[in-house]
Amino acid sequence: MTTAFSPQQNQAKPGTPPAALVVDHATKRFVVADKRRPVVAIDDVSMRLERGEIYGILGSNGSGKSTLIRLICGLLTLDSGRVEIFGHDLVREELAVKRLINRVSVDAAFFKKLSPFENLSFAARLYGLEAGSARVAALKILGRLGISERRADRPIEQMSRGMQQKVAIARALLTSPSLLLLDEPTTGLDPRSKLDVQTFIEELRTDHDATIVLTTHDLAEADRLCDRISILNDGRKVVEATPTGLKLLVAERHDQPATLEAAFMTYTGRSLDDDHEPTEDANEPD
Amino acid sequence: MTVLSREMKTSYAFIERNFYLTRRYWGWELAFLVYSVAGALSISLIGAQAGDSRLLLSLMIGAIFWNYLSVVFSWIAETIAVERWEGTLEYTMMAPIRRATQLLGSTAYAIVYGLVHTAVILVVLILFFPQLDLARANPVTAVAFVLLGSFSFVGIGMIAAILPLLYVERGAQMTFVLQSCLLLVSGVYYSISILPPWMQVLSHISPATYVLDGVRRGLIDGVPITNLFGDVWPLLVMGVTLIPLGIWAFGRAERYAKRTGKLKRVG
Repeated sequence: MTTAFSPQQNQAKPGTPPAALVVDHATKRFVVADKRRPVVAIDDVSMRLERGEIYGILGSNGSGKSTLIRLICGLLTLDSGRVEIFGHDLVREELAVKRLINRVSVDAAFFKKLSPFENLSFAARLYGLEAGSARVAALKILGRLGISERRADRPIEQMSRGMQQKVAIARALLTSPSLLLLDEPTTGLDPRSKLDVQTFIEELRTDHDATIVLTTHDLAEADRLCDRISILNDGRKVVEATPTGLKLLVAERHDQPATLEAAFMTYTGRSLDDDHEPTEDANEPD
Repeated sequence: MTVLSREMKTSYAFIERNFYLTRRYWGWELAFLVYSVAGALSISLIGAQAGDSRLLLSLMIGAIFWNYLSVVFSWIAETIAVERWEGTLEYTMMAPIRRATQLLGSTAYAIVYGLVHTAVILVVLILFFPQLDLARANPVTAVAFVLLGSFSFVGIGMIAAILPLLYVERGAQMTFVLQSCLLLVSGVYYSISILPPWMQVLSHISPATYVLDGVRRGLIDGVPITNLFGDVWPLLVMGVTLIPLGIWAFGRAERYAKRTGKLKRVG
């Protein structure tokens, strides 16, 4: 693996604040019904994020990005390895970790008949927020994302995909997460909505002191937002560097154009639009 | 704030959300209520046609109290199925709440909803059959059995909620089949003595059998609950064991779902 990172960096120095996120040799396999050998969805992945960082994860469909996000959220259990969030072990201190994180996925999942406010109210109560203050905070966040108070009381099924995704972001922010996991938050959005969300992500870091993990297929978005980027390929982290470092790396070592697209193609062996067997979908849910 | 009061407060999230869902789906709720009232009336009219007031009352009790038990069971069991369909299950599972808190909130709403639903049916039936003689009825016995039976049905509902957690579509189907089997073996509209012997074995492990028997003997014969220990102790045992068993089993199922990736939204 080409990287500016080594697993030894996962160890916090004495007296220093804990890292926002430590993923240490994480591995996850899924048993597929018609295959005897389990599929390795995440293969010995390690990473360390400092507070306030925006960390991008790139990879083609099925490379393990969403599986890694689910592992960090505790929605999947690790086969081996360890995840620590602000010094709390994900397994041993599950509730403490859950209070610190939230996630926005590519599919804005809501109770579609309920209004944005009703959905947000449910989320707020789950995180122990008072209904009154949650409504004020929700309206403020929704307003910032261009959703009016009047609109916040109508069924969410009447909203466009872009608007729904903004509500999903508002839901995550309402709980003031210290670590925000954004799993392709701008996929499928029109350019204006995408720009709105990207600007908002930048504000999150500056105004809310949030640490952000961002998975995306949009290389320009990764270049604009991320402090560091790693590329996953078949569940393995194949490279990690700053966007500029990644471009230099591919130019100097691989004699390719100094672009993120060239880096992506070099380290995954395919273009952004290619599909291959989806390891993260390997588990049969039913 | 104590842990208990915080958990109680958090469980209100599920009560409020389910109320919002009921309100938004009011058209379906009304349709379901009309269907339930019509079903209870139709069954009771069989007793009226026979000219047998005891049969009429027995069928009415079966219709009304089965409605309550099945509504409570459905709300709890389907609380996971609904989240599956909407795709919100992962978000709820990510939240910093204990699973017992989640199930407590869903249960509380289910019981309140079931009581309101059943009260409407009860009022309609009483208005429809003014000739009913309830002079000998012992309402304390009936209320006590409904409360006792609620615990057991909450426990069974929690266990049934595991099915949609593990099986995206088939889970809800299996829950429906389980509810239908309870209806068949619990003597809702007939005595369990007419069932084949192997089915009577199943009758004795259904809490509805004891609830309905206790309510009937209380309302038709005026028997006080103190004389119905044979129906009370199975419900006590089932209530005490099924709720902790349901919470434990749900936790095990959640861990299995997280290990195998079954919480993930599909479609």
